[in-house]
Amino acid sequence: MKGVFLASATAFAIAASSAYAKDAGPAVVFDKAGKFDKSFNQGVYEGSKKYTADTGIKVREFEPKNEAQVEQGLRRLAKRGYSPIVAVGFNQTSAVEKVAKDFPEIHFTIIDGVINLPNVQSIVFKEHEGSFLVGALAAMKSKTDTIGFVGGMDIPLIRKFGCGYEQGVKYITPNATVIQNMTGSTGAAFNDPTKGSELAKGQFSQGADVVFAAAGGTGIGVYQAAADAGKYAIGVDSNQNYLHPGVMLTSMVKRVDQAAYNTYESAAKGTWTSGMTVLGLAENGVGWAYDDNNKADVTDEMKAKMSDIRAKIVSGEIKVHDYMATNSCTF
Amino acid sequence: MFETLILILDATLRVSTPLILAALAGLFSERAGIVDIGLEGKMLGGAFAAAAAASVFGSAWIGLGFAIIASVGLALVHGFACITHRGDHIVSGVAINTVVAGLTITLGLDWFSMGGQTPALSGDERFFAITLPFADALADVPVIGLIYSELISGHNILVYLAFALVPATYWVVFKTRFGLRLRAVGENPHAVDTAGISVAFIRYRAVIICGVLCGIAGAYLSTAHNAGFLKDMSAGKGYMALAALIFGKWRPVPVMFACLLFGFLDAVAVRMQGVVVPGIGEIPVQAIEVLPYVLTVLLLAGFIGKAVGPKAVGRPYVKERA
Repeated sequence: MKGVFLASATAFAIAASSAYAKDAGPAVVFDKAGKFDKSFNQGVYEGSKKYTADTGIKVREFEPKNEAQVEQGLRRLAKRGYSPIVAVGFNQTSAVEKVAKDFPEIHFTIIDGVINLPNVQSIVFKEHEGSFLVGALAAMKSKTDTIGFVGGMDIPLIRKFGCGYEQGVKYITPNATVIQNMTGSTGAAFNDPTKGSELAKGQFSQGADVVFAAAGGTGIGVYQAAADAGKYAIGVDSNQNYLHPGVMLTSMVKRVDQAAYNTYESAAKGTWTSGMTVLGLAENGVGWAYDDNNKADVTDEMKAKMSDIRAKIVSGEIKVHDYMATNSCTF
Repeated sequence: MFETLILILDATLRVSTPLILAALAGLFSERAGIVDIGLEGKMLGGAFAAAAAASVFGSAWIGLGFAIIASVGLALVHGFACITHRGDHIVSGVAINTVVAGLTITLGLDWFSMGGQTPALSGDERFFAITLPFADALADVPVIGLIYSELISGHNILVYLAFALVPATYWVVFKTRFGLRLRAVGENPHAVDTAGISVAFIRYRAVIICGVLCGIAGAYLSTAHNAGFLKDMSAGKGYMALAALIFGKWRPVPVMFACLLFGFLDAVAVRMQGVVVPGIGEIPVQAIEVLPYVLTVLLLAGFIGKAVGPKAVGRPYVKERA
C-alpha cells in the first residue's frame, strides 16, 4: 500500500515538474548595476516591457545584489522552467556557462558574452563601430581637440569602446589627444558615479571638452560633472540624451532592447537558435542617437558628415579596428 | 606641473570632506566612550534622507535638515542600545549599517520607483560651488592666483563647513567644560559620576553631535558631491573615517590630516591613470587602485606608532553599588 502510494506520488511529482518546466515563460537576469541604471540594463528592461505590452506575456525578472547571486538566480529560474533566460552582461558569462550545462533543455541568451554551447545564444555588438561614430562627432564638436573617455570596468569589452572612439576622433582630427580612464577593475566600477564624476573633472582640468562614458551607472556621475562644468558628454547603450539636454551631445546606442525583444519573440515562435549573433552598424544594432534633445547641438553639416561616415563603415571603406580581435589598440 | 598639483589638491578637498565630517563625528562619540562603527550607516541614511527631501521639497537646505534628523535618529538608537541598555557597541553599530543599507533601497523603491535611486537633483536641490570674492580677478596672478581661485575658492558650503569644524571641534573638546567632561567620560566615567555629573547624559549628547555630523556628511554625498542618492553610495567611507580617527589618535587636527591623506591618495589614483612613467611605462589601473590601501597599511604599521584610544571606550558604564 505504502509502495503504491509512494510510486504514485513520485509519478505525480514527475508529471507536475515536467508540466511546470514546459511553459514558465521568458525570464531575464540583470547585471549588478540593476535595471534602472539608465543605460545598459535599462535598455534590456525597456525591451522586456515592450514585449509584455505587445504580447501580454510577463517576463520574470531577477536583479542580483552581488556576484554570488547571479548563478543562484540563473539556476533557480532554470529549475522552475523559465525559457529563454536572458543574461545581461559580460560578468554573467561564467555563471551562464555552468548553469546552461546543467539544464540542456533550457534556452539561454547572453548579451555581451560568448559561450559555445548548443543551448546558448550569444549576442554581441560591434561597439567599436558605434564608438567610432560618436568619436567622430566628439572631434567635430571639440574646440580644444582634447577628448575624454571614461570606461567602467577595465575589461577588453570596454577597451573596445575606447579604441573605436579614439579611432573616430583621430579620423576627424588626427592630432587630437584622447584621455582614457577606467573606473576600476571589479563589477562595482559600473555603479560608482562619485568616481565617475572625479574622473570626468580630472579630464576637464586636462583640457577635455567632450567626454564619452562607457560605464553603465557610473556614467551618471560623468554626465553630472559635464553639466556642472559646462562641457559636453556622450551617453552609452540606451539613448541618454534626455538626461541633460544641451549637455548630452549624443548617445552611442546599443540596441539591447531589440536584442532582448527578438529573443523573447523568436522563442515564443519556436525560431530561437543557438550560436552567435553579431550586431553592427549595418544591422542597426549600434548607432548614434539624434533626437529633440540634442538637435540644437548637432548642426546639419555634422549630421551629413555622420551619415557619410556611417555609410563608409557599412560599405567597408573605413575599417574600424576591433580591440578584442588582437587585444591591443593598433590602427 | 604646478597646475596639476593644484588640481589634485583641489580634488583632495572634495574627496576628503565627507571623511573629515564622519571622522569628527566618530571623535565626539569615541571620546565619550562610545565605539561607533555605525558611521557608515548613519552617513548612508543621511545621504538618502537628504536626496529624498531635497527632491520632494526642492531645497538642499531642507534636505540637509532631514539628513541630520535621520542620522540623529539612528545615533539615538545606537545610544539607546549602548548607553541605556549597555549593549555591545560593535553589534549595535553593525546592525545600524545593515538596516540602513537595506532600508534606503526599499524606501527608495517604494517612494520613487527608480530602482532604489532618488530622482536626479538639479538647481536649488543641490549645494553649489561658491566663488569667493576676487577669485576671478586674482586668477591671473601667478602662483597665488591659481591657489586662491582653483584651490580655495569654488567649493560648496559644506566643504568650508567641514574644515571650519576642525578648529571648532578642537575648541569644544579641549577648551570647554563640556569637552572636559566628554573626555573624562571616555577615560574614567566613575570619576565623572563621583563628581555628580550624569555619565549617560554626557554620552547621549556626544552621540547626538555624532549624528548631526554624520548627517552633514551624508547630505554632502548626495546633494553636493553627487546629484542624487544611489544604493550603497557611502562605499566604505565610514570605515575609512574610522581608520583616520585611529590614525589621527583621536585628535581633531591630526585626524583632519589623516583624512586629507586618504583623499589625496584617492585623487592621485584618479589622475595617475594612463600616465606613462618614464622607464616603467603605463601603470596598470589595478596597481594604482591598490595604492591608497597599501600606503595606509604601511603608514599605520610603520610610522605613526602606537595609537591608544580613550580608556573606557566600548565599555558600558555600570554604577558600582556595594
